[in-house]
Amino acid sequence: MRKIAIYGKGGIGKSTTTQNTVAGLVESGKKVIVVGCDPKADSTRLLLGGLAQKTVLDTLREEGEDVELDDVVKLGYGGSRCVESGGPEPGVGCAGRGIITSINLLEQLGAYDETEIETDYVFYDVLGDVVCGGFAMPMREGKAQEIYIVCSGEMMAMYAANNISKGIVKFAEAGGVRLGGLICNSRNVDNEENMIVEFARRLGTQMIHFVPRDNMVQRAEINRQTVIEFEPTHNQANEYRALAKKIDENKMFVIPKPLEMEDLESLLVEYGVE
Amino acid sequence: MGKIEIDPLRWKEEVLKKYPKKVAKKRDKGILVHDGEMPKQIMANVRSIPGIITARGCTYAGCKGVVLGPTRDIINLVHGPIGCSFYAWLTRRNQTLPPTPESENFMNYCFSTDMQDSNIVFGGELKLKQAVREVFEIFKPKSIGIFSTCPVGLIGDDVHAVAREMKEELGINIFGFSCEGYKGVSQSAGHHIANNTLMKHVIGRNDTAPEGKYKINMLGEYNIGGDAFELERIFEKCGLTLVSSFSGNSTIEQFERAHTADLNVIMCHRSINYVAEMMETKFGIPWFKVNFIGADASAKSLRRIAEYFEDAELMARVEEVIAEEMAIVKEAIETVYPRTTGKVAMLFVGGSRAHHYQELFSELGMSTLSAGYEFGHRDDYEGRRVIPTIQVDADSRNIEVLTIEADETRYRPRKTDEEIAALNAKGCGFGEYDGMMADMAKGALIIDDISHYEMEKLIEIYHPDIFCAGIKEKYCVQKMGIPLKQLHSYDYGGPYAGFEGAVNFYNDIDMMINTSIWKMIKAPWQVEPVIEAEYGV
Repeated sequence: MRKIAIYGKGGIGKSTTTQNTVAGLVESGKKVIVVGCDPKADSTRLLLGGLAQKTVLDTLREEGEDVELDDVVKLGYGGSRCVESGGPEPGVGCAGRGIITSINLLEQLGAYDETEIETDYVFYDVLGDVVCGGFAMPMREGKAQEIYIVCSGEMMAMYAANNISKGIVKFAEAGGVRLGGLICNSRNVDNEENMIVEFARRLGTQMIHFVPRDNMVQRAEINRQTVIEFEPTHNQANEYRALAKKIDENKMFVIPKPLEMEDLESLLVEYGVE
Repeated sequence: MGKIEIDPLRWKEEVLKKYPKKVAKKRDKGILVHDGEMPKQIMANVRSIPGIITARGCTYAGCKGVVLGPTRDIINLVHGPIGCSFYAWLTRRNQTLPPTPESENFMNYCFSTDMQDSNIVFGGELKLKQAVREVFEIFKPKSIGIFSTCPVGLIGDDVHAVAREMKEELGINIFGFSCEGYKGVSQSAGHHIANNTLMKHVIGRNDTAPEGKYKINMLGEYNIGGDAFELERIFEKCGLTLVSSFSGNSTIEQFERAHTADLNVIMCHRSINYVAEMMETKFGIPWFKVNFIGADASAKSLRRIAEYFEDAELMARVEEVIAEEMAIVKEAIETVYPRTTGKVAMLFVGGSRAHHYQELFSELGMSTLSAGYEFGHRDDYEGRRVIPTIQVDADSRNIEVLTIEADETRYRPRKTDEEIAALNAKGCGFGEYDGMMADMAKGALIIDDISHYEMEKLIEIYHPDIFCAGIKEKYCVQKMGIPLKQLHSYDYGGPYAGFEGAVNFYNDIDMMINTSIWKMIKAPWQVEPVIEAEYGV
């Protein structure tokens, strides 16, 4: 079983990319469980065809200790298993602590127990920025072994990717987590692909796939589906299939070498200004 | 004394040598050898050094445990996981005496919201409201205080908003304290927060003055081991009316009408000086520092109170009381003195106690070789004159400073400026406190926030006859063969305040330092020669 966490700047398309990739994997026969680690609980919407009814934390709050795995795991597209960690409404309580509680509960309930349920992949889809210890939870204690960072050629997305790499370095030494690559979710920025390829190289990793920008993603999303489900023959569906295949075949797992701020800026000047 | 063989300066040098450079540099400023002249600057009220084993407590402990803890008819509801409430439950031995068995007394109870994981994740305000309603329904208290523990501040539960809402809903006085444990470097921050809240939400709510000619408030007296009972006895005998006591043996009603008193006297300067200052500004009540620890000190304090009221009748009465009480004290000291004189004490406790108790020891003919506070500030060591020069650091800025103005209807200066000046000339010392160092002998070691290592070195080198600290130090010190008197809880003894208290103290200290048990601490094989032999080959 491979345990993967997807990180990246808020709004970069982590959830969309994750779910489309998962759709590609299940289509090829892989068994996948997706764990949404965002209090908004919208990480599995496209796989489930709508928002999950009950999050782990809601269930925990209502049922007390008497929680069954079936209460929180819902079956989605292609047999993918979907879980939403959930969390408090904005401005209340502690969402980070919620993720810690939720992941621990899933483990206790045997959500990843391969002897019970055949599982090839666990995907953690984590809220935008690693603002506190809770959001780093999937990286810690060997929970996720591979990290993919979704980014684009925009400055702040690269800045966030660099920061997340710093987090990976920290936990790599203690927990064995590795960076599997950057996924460029294109924003149609100038010279974007070359810039991310170079950025990845300097980080010591790879740009695993360049996902072009296509309005089909938006249309599928409005219909609460992944592109693969909504328009299986569309080119964008093939892009996600390609990404899924590359992740499945990926052998490059590294401890990244985060860039200094100056180097990151010079990279932008070098590649971003044509 | 003949006991001190090592020069304190050398002691300090040796101790500092053991520390890493940065630690030594910091501790250097927290350890002073008093030169007998004007007190030198000491570093105090700064962050403890990690790993040093400090005796300090947290901000929550200072707020809930010290200042508000001794009030019997307020419900002290702790918002947090259960441990914070459980381990602060009646641990300070502050006693209380409800007038009748039916009178409200909630001090025996432990109130907590018992926060669980899901309250942290989703916020605990709903649970807090539920707890407030529940406690109101069961006990119908006049007042509820809500105390914030660390997680409350981290997740941002608004205890003040909950307090306002519940106050409106239930129609009783409810107020919150942002006294999260990490708010300051020690419990001292908690005292300040408690002072502010008392001022904002309690003092001045009830204008009915109690009957009495000479009305005073006793500030910074927490009725450990019944100290307040003894002081109440003396005050009553002298004809003084105690409007309120902050906060030994107190009620919320006393606090609410504290502003009807004509004089504030302060015992524990550190924990309550803020209230005294604010009351002076808001209501026109002057304050001075007193000390009722020690028979002579008690007599002196009573005389100053009588002086303040400028009433011949009161002065005469006070003299009569002093004469009567001192006769008993004198008899007690005469028996004990030959056995205690020349002995050496060390005191590391509180933010005022390490100063006050030196009086009692000197009455026993004992000297204080070394002393220090856990949570005192520079003014507690060097005197209030240094307050303007104290650097306000980031930790102190964490605590709200109230802007107080004279109350429109309740401000009434009790004395004119001329009267104050005249009384000051007679030694009343309004708004003054000279600090601990002024009363210490040349060569004394003054140590702020003493570390465990320093404590062990003091004992090892100087072998004091008695060491005064708290429960955290007690058994380590006693295993070293030195009796330890707890001056937070008085062990199981007390009262030690006032005249009868002084007699209790003389007898307890005599027993402690003269018992032969301390000579038996070592096992026989540690003191007697061991017969050694070898097997023949």
